[in-house]
This record gives sequence, C-alpha cells and structure tokens, in this order.
Amino acid sequence: MLKNLFKGNDEDNPTEEETSKEQEHAQSNRENPRVQEGEEAPEEGLSLGGLFGRLKEGLTKTKKGITDRVDDLVKSYTKIDEDLFEELEEILITADIGVNTTMEIIDQLRDRVRENKATDPMEVKGLLKELLTEALEEVANPTLDLKTTPSIIMVVGVNGVGKTTSIGKIAHKLKAEGKNVLLAAGDTFRAGAIEQLKIWGERSGIDVISHQEGSDPAAVIYDAIQAAKSRKVDVLICDTAGRLHNKKNLMNELGKVFKIVKRECEGLSQESLLVLDATTGQNAIQQAKIFKEVTDISGLILTKLDGTAKGGIVISVSKELKVPVKLIGVGEKLEDLQSFEPKIFVDALFD
Amino acid sequence: MIFEGLAEKLQNTFSKLKSKGKLNEKDVIAAMREVKMALLEADVNFKVVKDFIGRVKERAVGDEVLESLTPGQHVIKIVKDELTHLMGDTQSKINFSNKPPTIIMMAGLQGAGKTTTCGKLAKLLKKQGKRPLLVACDIYRPAAINQLETVGKQVEVPVFSMGDKEKPVTIAKESILHAEKHGNDVVIIDTAGRLHIDSNLMNELKEIDELVHPHEKLLVLDSMTGQDAVNVAKEFNETIEINGVILTKLDGDTRGGAALSIRGVTDKPIKFVGMGEKLDELEAFHPDRMASRILGMGDMLSLIEKAESSFDQKKAREMEEKLRTQQFTFDDFLDQLEQIRNMGPIGDMLNMLPGVPSKQMKNLNVDEKELNHIQAIIQSMTRDERTNPGIINGSRRKRIARGSGTSVQQVNKLIKQFEQTRKMMKQFSGAGMDKLKKKGGKFNMPFFG
Repeated sequence: MLKNLFKGNDEDNPTEEETSKEQEHAQSNRENPRVQEGEEAPEEGLSLGGLFGRLKEGLTKTKKGITDRVDDLVKSYTKIDEDLFEELEEILITADIGVNTTMEIIDQLRDRVRENKATDPMEVKGLLKELLTEALEEVANPTLDLKTTPSIIMVVGVNGVGKTTSIGKIAHKLKAEGKNVLLAAGDTFRAGAIEQLKIWGERSGIDVISHQEGSDPAAVIYDAIQAAKSRKVDVLICDTAGRLHNKKNLMNELGKVFKIVKRECEGLSQESLLVLDATTGQNAIQQAKIFKEVTDISGLILTKLDGTAKGGIVISVSKELKVPVKLIGVGEKLEDLQSFEPKIFVDALFD
Repeated sequence: MIFEGLAEKLQNTFSKLKSKGKLNEKDVIAAMREVKMALLEADVNFKVVKDFIGRVKERAVGDEVLESLTPGQHVIKIVKDELTHLMGDTQSKINFSNKPPTIIMMAGLQGAGKTTTCGKLAKLLKKQGKRPLLVACDIYRPAAINQLETVGKQVEVPVFSMGDKEKPVTIAKESILHAEKHGNDVVIIDTAGRLHIDSNLMNELKEIDELVHPHEKLLVLDSMTGQDAVNVAKEFNETIEINGVILTKLDGDTRGGAALSIRGVTDKPIKFVGMGEKLDELEAFHPDRMASRILGMGDMLSLIEKAESSFDQKKAREMEEKLRTQQFTFDDFLDQLEQIRNMGPIGDMLNMLPGVPSKQMKNLNVDEKELNHIQAIIQSMTRDERTNPGIINGSRRKRIARGSGTSVQQVNKLIKQFEQTRKMMKQFSGAGMDKLKKKGGKFNMPFFG
C-alpha cells in the first residue's frame, strides 16, 4: 500500500518480491549524493524572513547536509525497517553529532516510532526533528544574565575557535542595545591578541583595559573589574588566552583568573561562555567537560556556522553537559552573531 | 565516551571464540562494527571509514591468526597496519626550488593556526641554515599583521608587510622581489583564514598561486576538525592543488581522525604536526603514531608489538630473576629506563598499558625531562652506589646532584622512589607478574606500578 505512494519518487521502484534484493543495490546508489554533498544545490525549502535571514544564510549549507539526505533517504524507503534506522544513524554521525548521542537519538526514535505507530517513513523525519529540538530545548536558555551593574562575561575556549572575534560581536550587540560596555584584554599570551581586541573595541567605540603582552592575565582582569566598577559600566567582557583543555598549567592559570573574578564580583551577574568551533568534531565534548570543571561555564557560543560544518556537536554537548548554547556565529561581520533558538535552529535544519 | 578501548571491546567480541585458526567472516563483521565505531568516534569521515572498513574486511577474512595473538588482537593488528599504510610515509620535507627563493604558501580556515605555524616553519628552516622571509598577506583579520610581526621577532626572521591596504596578491608579488634583493632563500606567505566555500577569498588564493607559483602549498588544518575535514581538504586541494598538510594542535587530546579523512580525499602527505604553543614545537609526522592515536588509547597490541621488538627477551628474564631475588639495582633501573624509552614517548606507553584506566592516566603527567634527570642522576653515581644504594650518604648525594646538574632534593626523591619501587616489585613479582605475563608477554615496568 505504502509503496504505491512513493512509486513516483523511487527510481529503483522495486516490486515486492525484489525489495530485499534491490535494497542493497539501492543503498549503494544512495551513497553518491552524500559523497558530493555541498557541491550541488537542489531546491531549497527555506523561506525564513529577514529576522532570520542571516541565520538562514549561514545554515543553508548545514540544512542541505542533513535535510536533503534525510529526504532522499526517506523517499527511497518504502517501509520502516532496520536499514532505515541504520542510514539515519549514519547521517547524524556525518553531522558530527557523535556516535554516542546518535545511538541515543536513534533509540529514542525507535521508541517514538513504536509509540506513534508510525508506518510512514516520512513521519520518521518529523519525529527525528522533534527529538533533536527536544534535546536542545531541554537545556535551552538563550538569554545572558546581565542584571547587575556591572555584569561580567568571561569568554574561554581552546585556540583558534574565535573568542576575540565573538567578543567583538557581543560587545557590538550590547552597545547597540544601549549598554555601556568595557573590554578586558585577558589574552596576554598570543602575539597580537591585545591589538586584535583593541581594533574590535575601536570599531564599536568601546574602551579596552589592557596590560602588556606577557603580563599576568589575572592582574588584567582584576584591573578591568575595578575599572568596570568605578566607571559604572553595564557589562565587562573579558577575553582569555586560547588554551587546550588538556594543558594542566594553563587550565590552572585560568582557574586562578576565575578565583579573582569570583572574589571581586560577588553578588554581580556573571556569565562564563565557552566558545566552540562548529568544525570541531567529538573533541568538543571533552573541551566542554574540562572547561566546565574549571570555569563553571554557563553557556556556549558556537562559531563558524557559516561554513559547511554541520555543528552537530551542539546537540551532543547540550545533552551530555546540560549547558545551553546561547549564541551562534554565522559570519565575519560585526553583526553576524545570533541568539541561539533551538526551534529555529532545527527548523532551519529541517524545513 | 562510548569508546574507551578498542582492544578491550574486540577482546569481548572474540571472547566466545575459543579456537584460533582462521578469522571467519562472521567474526570479522562483528569486529568491524567496533572498529567502525572507534574510527567514527575519532572523527574520521564517515565515507572514509566505510571505504576503510571494506578494505580491512577483505584482508581480514580468512587470515591466519598469528600464533602469539588472540583473534581480537590479530584484527587490531590488521587494522593498525592498514591505517598506517593509508596514512602514508613520513614525508616531512619541504621541496626546495633549485633556483631560490623557494616559495611556501600557507592556507586554511580561520583559527587553524596558520600564523603560528608560519613562525614555527620559519624557525625550523632557519635552523637548517636557510634565510626565510615571512610575508603578511592576511589583511583582513584585525592585528594579523601585528601577530606575524611579533612571531617574526620571536624567531628572528624578517617579516615583509605592506599594511592592510594593498591586495594580498600585490603583497605576495612584492615580497618575492624583496626576498631576491635581500638574499632570502625561502619565502613563507601567511594568508588570511578563509572558508572553503567563500568563492571570493578562494579566488584570491588562486590568484596568488597563479602569480607567484609557490613551490609548496600547505594546507593548515586543526587536528580537532570533525566530519567537515573532507570538505575543507577537498575544496582547498581543488582550488590550489596543495602539496601537503600541516596538522595543528595535536598536543590536545583529540584523536585526530581528520588526518585519515584528508588522506582519504586528497592523498596528499601530512608533512608536519604542531605540538604546542611554543615556536619550536613543530614536529615530523609519524604515520604509525597517528594510527595508534586514531584507534584510541589502551591499544594493547602496539604495546605488545613495541615491547616484543624493543625489549630484549634475555634481559627481561634476567630482570625478572633479579626482581625475585631483590637484587634490583640502579643499573637495572637505568637499563630498563633506556629500553622503555626506545619504545617511544612514555605518555603513549602508559596509555597502552592494559588494565590501566585512562582516567587515572589523565592525572599522570609524565614529563620526559624528568626522565632525563633520572638518567643523569643515575649516571652520576659510582658503580658501588648503583649496586648498593644504601651507601649513598649526604655528601655523596651532594656530589651526585652536582654531577647531574640537579638538586639534592631531586636525588633524594629518586632514591626514595627507587626504594619504594624495590619494595613494591617484591610484592608484584609474586602474583601480579604472572597475570601481566599472561596478558602481554614479558613486561616488567618497576617504576610505573
């Protein structure tokens, strides 16, 4: 019965007797579009308005990845069977969601398919979308806690994820909202980092508290906190040097900085944001785990979503660590920073 | 992590298998599922994994299981061999042009570590007697030029820059003339980070390529990159036909599956790996180490392999005897230390030890320098002192510290550790040793217990 529904779509169009034989064949055919993903751009079902235009722009590639392939896949299956789940599993893995989380999601999907007595492979897509959204919504909280004056935002992460750039964007965004912002050049290690932050500051007309390259980052942050208090700024955003989470000494140094923040900012609103690069694979989970231990991160910033990377790690990290994604970076311009909304994120992936 | 030790999982998969003989298809398929998971968890691209598994399956089915190995170990051996093979040879060389200057162009995504790597490469080449020139072609990122200039100062290599108002193509072209005039025989061009789908910036890269014809075009890639590594490598390779790859941030704890992915789609060699933030931390790429790493820690087989090849069986027997009779001396200690060091970095070794939880390992920071100190201290002892540590009194300790360039505290610490080890080994040589032997052949490591 169901087969007839899909006859037009399925090129292989197997008859009932041949289905099992053809399955293997069909499977290998389906692999090809995946290999060439990102090269062709079939019609897009996206028509989000201006508000989300930029997000959409950034996510189009991502969307093409998962959605088209799920569509292709779903269309080419005529009934829900193990192969379908297996293929869905593979698609999620290819999106960097990770083996662990993928297995969980697929297991839940199985349950849900059973509960809903779903018999149509097309329904599976909807259920999968639901599950992914739920995973993100469970911990969702896109707002930054900036109630007090001053409030403080610490930005941490491994090398090269885009911390300084993200700070430039956040500062710009807050300033546009009418807030009085101050920046602290806490990356005293990397060559040119202080200069880089100063340039971002200039672009938005924001002061930067800095010491010399090579000086103690804790001292810079301390000074910046004092300055923020005496100047009565609304938000102080502190840059920190990129560090690999497995470098004990560097993590200890960060711990020291946070100790000072904790001591000097008692009673003040604090955000500790971990920046993750969307192109990063499973290591992001490890990064988040260890940074969370040392800095008690309150949220994530997912950067570089304007590439072809799927950013699936967000789902794993949210699920495993219960830390919400707060902001996403979708481009190199000052305004290319968006609040993270699970619904919109997944909608943009699947619509 | 779902995957803590491939070796263990495979052992479980094969635990029902009593007879050795040939690997049959059913077993191999079961094993390959675990291998597949391991590779995916290590961020190897899905398509690359599938190809790889197919190849290994073909090779493994019907393969005679080696006498000394369990079927599970044998499968890992095949997997590791294939992985090493796929990773290519060690080709950590720069192709120098007959007619200087040799032009090297670095390219990659934002934040991959291009500028730092430029500095590292300049330092390396300078050490080889070259006179490199660094060229600042990243006119987009704020303070990128400033960063390269600072890096240049640190490695004492001149930096050519024309500010951020000139086009990168112009800067590149001018830099070659500058190098010719100033006798620089290598030009290293630092380009801006760009997305592989940004056609404007990719075209810019192509323009530079067509104008200055670099002899080496190196893609700088973050070793933590996930499934997307294939897209990045493919696009860059198609645009500028890269000569090789530099994998950065490998001093992190990523499994680095991206290395396999890029080999899978470009077939270009990985030439160097970035191993730290300091500018001398650029190392040659070792395919076998990378293979072990991608397969995950707890790779017991490579330990066995390494142990068998570098551990002198006779010496090991002697050692065992000594341990039993408690004649273990500083000389033996030194001897073992050297043998073990022949096997590779100690951190790796510890990770490969069977039955040692990787969580514990994370807190164990093994400093290779520390081992150098130990070696120096023992070598500063007289023969008598080595065989009979009891005679080492205060003034001897002072002398040993002076001789080895360490402190008395360090000498004290070592002697104390040695005594403890001796004690421990006495217990260990009873029950524990037999267990170890059963698992991994002759393998005694007194000071790691």
